Amino acid sequence: MTGFVASVGAWTIRQVKDMGGMVLLALQALRWLLPPRFDLLFEQMERIGVRSTPVIFMTGAFTGMVFALETCYALRKFGAETMVGVTVALGMTRELGPVFTSIMITARAGSAMAAELGTMRITEQIDALAAMAINPVKYLVVPRLLATTFIVPLLTVISDFIGIVGGYFVGVILLKINAGAFVANIEKYTGLDDIYCGLIKAGVFGFLLALICCYKGYTVRGGAEGVGRATTESVVMSAVAILMADYILTSLLF
Amino acid sequence: MIEVKGLYKSFGDQEVLRGVDLLVPKGQITVILGRSGAGKSVLLKHMIGLIRPDRGQILVMGKDITKMREKELTQLRKRFGMLFQEGALFDSLTVAENVAFPLREHTDLSEKEIREIVKEKLSQVGLAGDMEKMPAELSGGMRRRAALARALALDPDIVLFDEPTTGLDPVVAATIEDLIIETQRRLGKTFVVITHDLKTALRIGQKLALLDRGQIALQGKPEDVLRSGHPLLEAFLRRERSPVVKEVMG
Repeated sequence: MTGFVASVGAWTIRQVKDMGGMVLLALQALRWLLPPRFDLLFEQMERIGVRSTPVIFMTGAFTGMVFALETCYALRKFGAETMVGVTVALGMTRELGPVFTSIMITARAGSAMAAELGTMRITEQIDALAAMAINPVKYLVVPRLLATTFIVPLLTVISDFIGIVGGYFVGVILLKINAGAFVANIEKYTGLDDIYCGLIKAGVFGFLLALICCYKGYTVRGGAEGVGRATTESVVMSAVAILMADYILTSLLF
Repeated sequence: MIEVKGLYKSFGDQEVLRGVDLLVPKGQITVILGRSGAGKSVLLKHMIGLIRPDRGQILVMGKDITKMREKELTQLRKRFGMLFQEGALFDSLTVAENVAFPLREHTDLSEKEIREIVKEKLSQVGLAGDMEKMPAELSGGMRRRAALARALALDPDIVLFDEPTTGLDPVVAATIEDLIIETQRRLGKTFVVITHDLKTALRIGQKLALLDRGQIALQGKPEDVLRSGHPLLEAFLRRERSPVVKEVMG
């Protein structure tokens, strides 16, 4: 019993320490935000954003498609198939677009951030930067944080659009729902607010995942094994944080 | 040049430095010798402000760096070069880009001028033909040569070496030692080397300091330190009664 309590206590202390560390890292990043290094920012945007586009394309399309399939199955029971389009559109813009995009970016780019910074830490490359009079937070963390915060909403736009196109393909072409009603209902019931709120969420998710992954990589201890552990932890923690933040933001924004 | 006074540092319960007093004279090679885990790297990282002490002072060119703000410290670090244990080259950049890195970050030199300097620095360490290689393609000795070229890129006043010969075979280690001696003679700058290798210490050191149990037990000319009969030194000597030792002992 004492062992159990001790391990819960140790876990809690570790989480609180991590959170404190992340807040401090975010504050340091804020301090070194200006003047911005556009060369580093664009490099990260290319790595995180441009190279993730194909995978966001795929996830967006299949999410929209399967969502159309499922909603059609349910709505057909009420004879409301023409509402499939708007359900897909609202689902994609408000929820699935931002969440799936940020989780895919966590898996693809966040894990790479943790592994890269972690390797730089254990091979003393981060110390070497500081020794060369270059602030490592400014050089490594700030560009990654900024790039991810900007890029996730942009990728979400792609995901939203492709998801709706996927929904149209399944609903109208495969399931023979009336095309006019499908599109008209999307126009009627999907507002710009739905899209904007989804994009705000995406920005917050992007910031969170980048902060968690950078922090985990930046503070690695214990050699190659430590890097592996940090990478896994950063992905799990980011995914949990994204889903928790999603609930909180949805209840605040909508 | 560097004066360390009463330096204390603990990590958790572990007290690593317990009142270090050390004087690093200008224009010489000072070697800090100590066993593995004695806190040598920690001491070296204090000298460039990478670690903040719990207590004590570190005067670099007369200024206490323990009280400096990050911005001041950054300015001061431009006058330092540091060679890390495994080189710590940026593995996403080529050898030439690694050497060019501090120049690109801190100077307004043109690309042509930077290329000239990089070429010169790399040929001084014997790597003129390996400029376009990636760090992963280099051997341990070559990596350290490249790291030395990078550390010297901004013509620093002080160069710090963290275990420059550890993990190298004796022949390569000797060439790195030669390179350190030759570079120091040519530039006349202040070098601080930490090592657990007595042979390296005696070969390159103009001043020798012995770090034992978190304190500098002895410091002075290598021959004086050797004659002191300090137990740690005796242990080192028993391990390696080499020709170099006899030579220095006379």
